[in-house]
Amino acid sequence: MRARRGLSHTHVGSLHAPDAELALRNARDLYTRRQEGVSIWVVPASAITASSPDEKDAFFDPAADKVYRHPTFYEVPDGVAHL
Amino acid sequence: MYGNDFSPPEDGPGGGLLGEVEAAEAALREAAARARRGGPTPDEDLEAYFADVIDADQKIEPRDWMPEAYRKTLIRQIAQHAHSEIIGMQPEGNWISRAPSLKRKAILLAKVQDEAGHGLYLYAAAETLGVSRDELVELLLNGRQKYSSIFNYPTLTWADVGAIGWLVDGAAIVNQVPLCRCSYGPYARAMIRVCKEESFHQRQGYEILYTLSHGTPAQKAMAQDAIDRWWYPSLAMFGPPDAESPHSAQSMAWKIKRFSNDELRQRFVDMCVQQAEVLGLTLPDPDLRWNDERQSYDYTQPDYDELMQVIKGNGPCNRQRMEHRRRAHDEGAWVREAAAAYAAKRAEKKEKVAA
Repeated sequence: MRARRGLSHTHVGSLHAPDAELALRNARDLYTRRQEGVSIWVVPASAITASSPDEKDAFFDPAADKVYRHPTFYEVPDGVAHL
Repeated sequence: MYGNDFSPPEDGPGGGLLGEVEAAEAALREAAARARRGGPTPDEDLEAYFADVIDADQKIEPRDWMPEAYRKTLIRQIAQHAHSEIIGMQPEGNWISRAPSLKRKAILLAKVQDEAGHGLYLYAAAETLGVSRDELVELLLNGRQKYSSIFNYPTLTWADVGAIGWLVDGAAIVNQVPLCRCSYGPYARAMIRVCKEESFHQRQGYEILYTLSHGTPAQKAMAQDAIDRWWYPSLAMFGPPDAESPHSAQSMAWKIKRFSNDELRQRFVDMCVQQAEVLGLTLPDPDLRWNDERQSYDYTQPDYDELMQVIKGNGPCNRQRMEHRRRAHDEGAWVREAAAAYAAKRAEKKEKVAA
């Protein structure tokens, strides 16, 4: 669901529907009763490939030791502006 | 404006509860950002990891390992909650065609639609635990799973619609706001959504009663009569007293439940007294009085034998509610079949075009 123009789509929930077209209509009825969105995407659950929490540590491990990817890693000498 | 742009809570009926929902939502985000530091990993010891996640106020998510009893408790509770929303459409739906104005009809219709929506959010949350919605609906229809006993009471007058909104939805919110902090992520998220929408229901009911109680003497008497009938069943919604509540202790340890039945019941009574005063109506309890020592109201307990009877199926409307639900399910079968047949036909056509 895109809440407003300019925002990205965010997952809001699941539903049942026989086909994509009805899924859109059901999503409208279920998740936008109070004008919560301006655009809806529906995806069949079977089309989603998810990472597994069991392998969470190993899977995300490559980023674990790379703090230098954050700007806060670097020390900025006193008096330096616009950095 | 409603929805994602939620305005800050105002004073008045239900006002403080909305603030609590917002606080729960903020806590959810904050706990997620804080993350768990150190502690056992799932590879070392699944149970220790699970306990540690709960201890750190982090959410358990669908694909995490969880004890079988935790999963079962959640399925039972979320399903019963979903069934309650669906059956709860009946006592109010009963008044849509007879609501006293077009505006009130439209509002009541919107409210009943919300109940259907709440049922669906909750079925979806239950499905993340590995059970299908069809299975749960079947368990409701064959009577093996229950719904809230409150919906087995009849709505005799228009004022009952007001009393349901104020007292029944009010009690439901008091019960449900702590569930926004439940340890199971999908349930907590569904409850945040439900509670935000539910507060419109409570205010809508209060407004109906306020209008009646400031109308003709006959209208005021009708409002009083509705409160007289709904007060004790509403108190019974919090379940049996703590000493007799079989599932409570374990649910509290798992942080599914955050407060005991009696604590929540007391909170509800304390809220209602002032709201009844503004209505100019009386809560039907001669022993209701402020206790300075406890900083709470003393009140008469509901009749728990009656609650047990209603749960067992002997309430005034149990059979009617279930018959109606089964009939609606059967009569809706052709819609489900037609939608499935249409979807199959379209899929076939697409395949032919592709071939």
